[in-house]
Amino acid sequence: MNKVMEVSGLTKKFGNFTAVDHISFDVTEGEIFGFLGANGAGKTTAMQMLCGISMPTAGKGTVAGYDIIKQNELIKRNIGYMSQKFSLYEDLKVWENIRLFGGIYGLREKIIAEKTDALLKRLDFEQERNTLVKYLPLGWKQKLAFSVAIFHEPKIVFLDEPTGGVDPAMRRQFWEMIYEAADQGITVFVTTHYMDEAEYCNRVSIMVDGRIDALDSPAALRHQFKAGSMDEVFRQLAREAERGD
Amino acid sequence: MIEVNKLCKSYGKQGKINALNGISFTVDEGEIFGVIGPVGAGKSSLFRIMASLLLPDSGTAIMNGHDAAKDYRKVRQIIGYMPERFSLYQDLSVEENLTFFATLFNTSIEENYHLIKDIYQQIEPFKKRRAGALSGGMKQKLALSCALIHKPEILILDEPTTGVDPVSRKEFWDMLGRLKEQGIIILVSTAYMDEASRCDRIALMREGEFIATDTPRGIIENYREILWSVEGTRMSALLTALRGYPEVKTSFAFGDKHHITVDESFQPDALRHFLADKGFHDVRVELAEPTVEDCFMAM
Repeated sequence: MNKVMEVSGLTKKFGNFTAVDHISFDVTEGEIFGFLGANGAGKTTAMQMLCGISMPTAGKGTVAGYDIIKQNELIKRNIGYMSQKFSLYEDLKVWENIRLFGGIYGLREKIIAEKTDALLKRLDFEQERNTLVKYLPLGWKQKLAFSVAIFHEPKIVFLDEPTGGVDPAMRRQFWEMIYEAADQGITVFVTTHYMDEAEYCNRVSIMVDGRIDALDSPAALRHQFKAGSMDEVFRQLAREAERGD
Repeated sequence: MIEVNKLCKSYGKQGKINALNGISFTVDEGEIFGVIGPVGAGKSSLFRIMASLLLPDSGTAIMNGHDAAKDYRKVRQIIGYMPERFSLYQDLSVEENLTFFATLFNTSIEENYHLIKDIYQQIEPFKKRRAGALSGGMKQKLALSCALIHKPEILILDEPTTGVDPVSRKEFWDMLGRLKEQGIIILVSTAYMDEASRCDRIALMREGEFIATDTPRGIIENYREILWSVEGTRMSALLTALRGYPEVKTSFAFGDKHHITVDESFQPDALRHFLADKGFHDVRVELAEPTVEDCFMAM
């Protein structure tokens, strides 16, 4: 299987504080990879390095086929990204948001127009084409944000707590979109604080104090830690954490 | 106690968006009352009215005998409010923020240290750090300390645990349990269904209305669907297959299992055969105990 991401010894220090401490792992094409950890464990810092917006202090790796250190600009162009906090421009219309992100990722006008039609049709959104995003219900916004994040067909999409504060039914709809994307071969790298969502990943890693202390399929982790649920696995690991968040 | 009577609030041109649609409830002393619902349900509007920060279109919120609209000065003295967004002074240090809020209420950190001790001790080593430079979990602890420092009778917490990891969430709820024992009324909103069980009573909120108000157990006992769990391999494909089965009404992923609600005529063996024909062999189909999350999904 092709690797979409491979990192080894990835480290980030701020002064004498080691935020990310020699993490090594790889992610396979089409995989849904859950990136878990307590607040302050180093997830955000690690994600920033993987997305090419922060330089590691040590270590190496590739994301979407590009070198984290030498080709970080190319990484940015070849990944998708979505978070609960930053996703769409509220004061732009639905089509304008798609147009903007398509343009940022360098797609041609004609391609954007064609893909926009197809996307709106698939989401059953055609009647909302000219609606300002701020007037969309949250569930729709979220679907649109995810679709925009993978509009340029990246090899891998990073989802940073995509479902925080969301209705249980909407969370599940969202995960079904994630499955669809994965079935189409897009690799999904996702962080979440919902442990039931950890179960929906093919593999999960759990960060503690800047290290990856566990990495396997949810079932294997439950077995390894003799735990009934991922919540319990998480608690066992986080209990060993020494640094407060 | 808290007495909320027929609160209504709408926004936008000609009141197009109904945030609150005639909400009534009461909360007793020493009770943790949870408002459970998604973003946009109206939780923040409700809490802001109760905190005297927003005027209702109609209806009243009486906080320990004081009307949140008319006696807002008194109400502000007896409540502690933690808004959804971090709203402390980013450029003041941890200690300066806390001193500031204590001074506003004519008290001092020393006087009410016992109230915040559990929480504040965890961030005290960083008391010289600017609030803006704290991590999410530490900001949350500081915000709660600031909301408690004047010894409020009522604590209003708007989504205090969104974006907080499972371990810190548990600690936070343990702390609320201890505050409750001191007689503080706690009103808390959350989108995490598992937190519902830590409340004495909960209201399930959707689109400006309380669709059910009861103890967590009462909510679950009122569940009227027939619920089964299905477990196997290839869970994504299994979910699609379950939706193709005539007697399955709804089918959703639920952690490592799927939960299905079914018609009364449902026979688990028939489902097992149906799934086996589609290539799902080692499938476990079992009756499931509903959770608050199942109840919410059924409403």
